[in-house]
Amino acid sequence: MSHAFDNKPEKAVQLSHGGGGKEMNKLIKEIFFKAFNNPILASEEDAAVLHLEGTTAFTTDSFTVAPLFFAGGNIGKLAVAGTVNDLAMMGAEPQYLSCSFIIEEGFPMTQLKQIVETMADELHKSSTRVVCGDTKVVPKGCADGLFINTSGVGRILCPNISVKNLQVGDAILVSGDIGRHGAAILMAREGLNLESELVSDCANLWPVVEQLIACNIDIHAMRDATRGGLAAVLNEWASASNIGITVEESKIPVSDEVKGLCELYGFEPHDLANEGTFIMALPLDVAQGALEIIKRYGNCEQAAIIGQVDDTHTGKVVLKTPWGSSRYLDLPHGELLPRIC
Amino acid sequence: MIELKQLYQGFRDPETIHKLAQAIQTLAQDHPETIHIMEVCGGHTHTIMKYGLNQLLPANIEFVHGPGCPVCVMPKERIDHAAILASMPDTILVTLGDMIRVPGSKGSLAQFRAKGCDIRPIYDPLDTLTIAKDNPDKTVIFFAIGFETSTPMTAVLIEQAEQQKINNLLFHINHVLVPPAIDAVMADPQAKVNAFIGPAHVSVISGAKIYRSAVEQYGTPVVVSGFEPVDVMESILRIVKQKVAGVAELDIQYSRAVSEEGNLAAQKKINQYMMVRPHFRWRGLGPLQLSALMLKPQYAHRDAEVQFKDLLQVDDIDDHKACQCGDILRGIAKPKDCKVFGRGCTPETPLGSCMVSSEGACNAYYRYNGV
Amino acid sequence: MCLSIPSQVVELHNEEQAVTVETMGVKRKVSSHLMGEPLAIGDYVLIHIGFVMNKIDKADAEQSLALYQEIVDKIGHQEHS
Repeated sequence: MSHAFDNKPEKAVQLSHGGGGKEMNKLIKEIFFKAFNNPILASEEDAAVLHLEGTTAFTTDSFTVAPLFFAGGNIGKLAVAGTVNDLAMMGAEPQYLSCSFIIEEGFPMTQLKQIVETMADELHKSSTRVVCGDTKVVPKGCADGLFINTSGVGRILCPNISVKNLQVGDAILVSGDIGRHGAAILMAREGLNLESELVSDCANLWPVVEQLIACNIDIHAMRDATRGGLAAVLNEWASASNIGITVEESKIPVSDEVKGLCELYGFEPHDLANEGTFIMALPLDVAQGALEIIKRYGNCEQAAIIGQVDDTHTGKVVLKTPWGSSRYLDLPHGELLPRIC
Repeated sequence: MIELKQLYQGFRDPETIHKLAQAIQTLAQDHPETIHIMEVCGGHTHTIMKYGLNQLLPANIEFVHGPGCPVCVMPKERIDHAAILASMPDTILVTLGDMIRVPGSKGSLAQFRAKGCDIRPIYDPLDTLTIAKDNPDKTVIFFAIGFETSTPMTAVLIEQAEQQKINNLLFHINHVLVPPAIDAVMADPQAKVNAFIGPAHVSVISGAKIYRSAVEQYGTPVVVSGFEPVDVMESILRIVKQKVAGVAELDIQYSRAVSEEGNLAAQKKINQYMMVRPHFRWRGLGPLQLSALMLKPQYAHRDAEVQFKDLLQVDDIDDHKACQCGDILRGIAKPKDCKVFGRGCTPETPLGSCMVSSEGACNAYYRYNGV
Repeated sequence: MCLSIPSQVVELHNEEQAVTVETMGVKRKVSSHLMGEPLAIGDYVLIHIGFVMNKIDKADAEQSLALYQEIVDKIGHQEHS
């Protein structure tokens, strides 16, 4: 059913663009260097040369989301925010990123440009630089459009943030309403015929984390609630720190649209992925102050204190209902959605 | 006029749940017998466990979690059918979401998909039409599951395939019926169940009338209930009222959606394409006569069980010997009484029917209970 | 399997026996093949796996909610007396 022959040829990535020759140089210079412009990348050495000071956090992540474009972002925004956020969650200032593209032959050049430009915008939000990268083009059918891998390093400004560091009495704080990324991807999927105003929460979290660190907030643990959502983070914490966590269900912020989607498909908002929403454990007496700081940031107006750490039900997360019953909040299981990040 | 939001918020109102719990406590406290309420439908099991409603009730009210989870009651040999069909060349097997996780004797459909079979979980049965149209050179088989609630949707799919002459679309029908399952539960002399919460959406389609014989035959109250927590609490209150008054009646709590007769247009579509099967083996309950549906003979050209009869000669496969799902479904045992519960049998590696789906009793206990 | 949330009909597609329904800000096109009577914009309906199963009786729902309010008031009153 393809009309490729009739239509005006659209510029597309070809196998030669990954061949190491002229075409590849052109692609790298015109798209990647232009967007990620910085002296370390432009030096074109075999490896980026960095001067790192102090304790450094290092992380990597691959991005295979389908579809590549969704309400509130695209794979490029995700690839930057995802790795930057992993660093930020360790109290590290995101400094340098590597960036590798695996592109399927025939991928539209305009889309590639758009994705790379989005990445550049997202990098600016945390003054992070892409200092090395790689491009591979694979034959049609060997990848689903585009995959991106980013790795990142950052200087740790706030040490001791750890999944093992939750203390009995800590407050549990969530930075915004949950489940929007998972819901937005579901919405964007073909075949569901859905429509709504919902957008992904995909965002660079360094600005808000930087402010929390600058205000000397005593952060015990911090994690962005990506795959597995709020439920996964809380369960990981409960088991790693060997404590119990009790959450009041009515205090967890969830947008109407996410609720509606969950009702339609039988999902739970706390199982859905987020890409710009984090959970934090910190001493109860400073939690209100931290909440006020967080609420000043876009995306975080719905931030709330949702529960606390205790020593009952060690290793488990308990959800309390407003009518006095309670249940365990388990790790999500089974196939929830196709690739969401 | 009532707002849409009120239709769910109003039926989840914490204050109302709380007060209904108090009313139940007050009324039930002097009642001498234990009321064993079976919620037949997995949707109700889910509501009870998710909202912790069992924690709000007096000691003399107990829930018995019924067999109304279509994924749970599917015997392994029928899942093997699906896997065999999906393994045929140039075949696409389509089924509703949850089904692909349930293991047959050679693995789950998800595992067969990983081996390269084209198996597509969908949300909307009509998507199967598009898949069949887009793949005219392949055989597309809809592995149909569900109780009365999901049966008319399959009937519409058959109707559309006939009308649009989509000849590469076949069906493997596993639609099961609620009343024979109730009979199977009550047939056991040890059965303790003495009241039923009737399914919500099964009743929307079939009407409350399908429980009338159970009320008369077993002398048990049946209250057809909605799925919201307030609905379930009010239904329990209505059951307790009947018990205290010493009566057994068919009562519709979910009257905003359920009538005595049900959705006649939907019933007509089912009857046009399907008929009752002589017997069907239920996982956990065993073989039950007249308990499921099949395609009528005039649609044999669309019946995968007829067209691929030779391939589908699979012996009955029983669950693990230690599995007590049958007893749990009859209310004789609780999930925690089972030796393998939580040990050999978990949601990731289920041995029996009650653990396979989130609507199954053991699965719900495993995830929610014990706080 | 038994999921179904009340939704409101917001658009009719009579020629293809479908309607668009909305619930909590999410819109979805669903089949109306199982409806014996015509649907109208504003109707509240139950949706199951992509189909309208039936209409919700608004007056009946209102009655139930009024009854719950009565129960809440009555028991609340007893508690305080």
